[in-house]
Amino acid sequence: MSRPAHRFTLLSRLLHWTMAALVLAMLFIGIGMVSTVSPRYAGLVSVHKSIGILILVLVAIRLVNRLLNPPPPLPADLPRVQVIAATASHWLLYCLMFALPLVGWAMLSAAGSPIVVFGGLHLPPILPHDVAVFAVLRTAHTVLALLLFATFLAHLGAALFHALIRRDEVLPSMV
Amino acid sequence: MPGDVDRNAPTPDTATLLKRNPVQALTIAVVLAATAGAFAYVGGFVTPHRLGANHFVDAMQTAAGGPHAGFRRAHAKGICIAGSFVGAAPGRAISKAAVFGGAIVPVTGRFAEAAPDPFAKDSSEAVRSMALRLQPAGAPEWRMAINDTPGLHVSTPQAFYDNVVASTPDPATGKPDPAKMQAFLAQHPETVAFLARMKARKLASGFFDDTYNSVDGFLFVAPDGTKRLVRWSMEAEEPFATLTPAERDAKPANYMFDDLLARVRRGPVKWRLVATLAQPGDPNRAAEVWPADRPRVVMGELTIDHVESEATGNCQDVNFDPLALPPGIAPSDDPIPFARSAVYSVSFRRRSGEHKPPSAVANQSAGARS
Repeated sequence: MSRPAHRFTLLSRLLHWTMAALVLAMLFIGIGMVSTVSPRYAGLVSVHKSIGILILVLVAIRLVNRLLNPPPPLPADLPRVQVIAATASHWLLYCLMFALPLVGWAMLSAAGSPIVVFGGLHLPPILPHDVAVFAVLRTAHTVLALLLFATFLAHLGAALFHALIRRDEVLPSMV
Repeated sequence: MPGDVDRNAPTPDTATLLKRNPVQALTIAVVLAATAGAFAYVGGFVTPHRLGANHFVDAMQTAAGGPHAGFRRAHAKGICIAGSFVGAAPGRAISKAAVFGGAIVPVTGRFAEAAPDPFAKDSSEAVRSMALRLQPAGAPEWRMAINDTPGLHVSTPQAFYDNVVASTPDPATGKPDPAKMQAFLAQHPETVAFLARMKARKLASGFFDDTYNSVDGFLFVAPDGTKRLVRWSMEAEEPFATLTPAERDAKPANYMFDDLLARVRRGPVKWRLVATLAQPGDPNRAAEVWPADRPRVVMGELTIDHVESEATGNCQDVNFDPLALPPGIAPSDDPIPFARSAVYSVSFRRRSGEHKPPSAVANQSAGARS
């Protein structure tokens, strides 16, 4: 395999794969914790909050990195529809990676719940205690999480399409 | 291989590419389907019999004849309280939690009756609860929801659920099917024993002279890291009184609340927080009581000097999550608090999005605070 002419920077690749693992874990932990009453519940909720804050920090670093180090161009012969889909879905992923932790944090704030991460760090509320706001944000958190999972599936499918079928430089540029 | 691609050849359109690479296209479809399937499995969508918090709340709503919009799905009839807590020295030796430090800790909370009907007559209800939120300055808070029962009627979330289902009225008769409850009791001798204890106990005359128990086991973590399995009680300092069933029936529908308001108008009411320490071999199962001779440690004193009807912004809007614990107090291997935490979260979410009508005891207050 020849080395791709254009490749993401090492930092970009590290951020991508670290966050890929965290986001995927987060989606599974989230759906798992709201569907169990077992003793795993408390640990899952606790880890979910910590990973959420970690993702928020990482996505902020990642956005700055992306603006400083623009990604390599998409293949020149990629159909226009796929170029639009790729660009739009990447920005949607960024938006959701910001939105989900912020909505989660805001939702716990509006619920008046203690927000404890990393086993003992207490975060301040970012919204006043208001359960009507909580109800809206709690629903938004679920809807956005399902949208993130769907976008992730599309992203995974597209990556495999580039790797297995188009056999272009898209996946090599990210590994 | 990517390197083999002839960069000068025009790339065929996507439909043609997929047709030419059926194995790869199938592989992608399988990977995506497996990922979505795993997600659905973890979420319980392919195992509808696995107990989730939503199932509990659904079952409790059905057993209650439907939800009472805006109200808690259990312990629905309540009133808000406020006061303070001061920790005692013996308590500091077995838990490093800031609430036991000895400073005055502001407390808010709620008294309630356990029934899901927010307008039930007080004389029809035999289980009362105290929920508290202890908020020491500059330190993590402690929430609890404790009952005046001698333990819990079950020891596992599954048994709790099965009991709710067995108690659900049959749509045909409007009453629970006695055969279902008998079948449940036949499998749950711990519930039979609990019901015998309930029958033997004397019911306190009001919220103010009642004693409330953690029911569940928790761990107290000492300053040196030693973990002890404990249960705790808020023991009324008020002299205990009881009422005959006839006296209760003759009282007004909201007498528990009326009497509490009247009592607090006369002055603050106090409770002693006492921890009972488990000895090796004591069952950490909520339906089983520990022997009476277990060591008891006085952890501090609670003073309630204010009572106020539920309204937006006070205890009505608080989820008294039994797992909102500060460092120094931790969950044990009693499985019930985990299920309670998950189920309270669902109940809180549902009622938060609903409009709540006024509580049975509305626009009332007593005690010094504004």
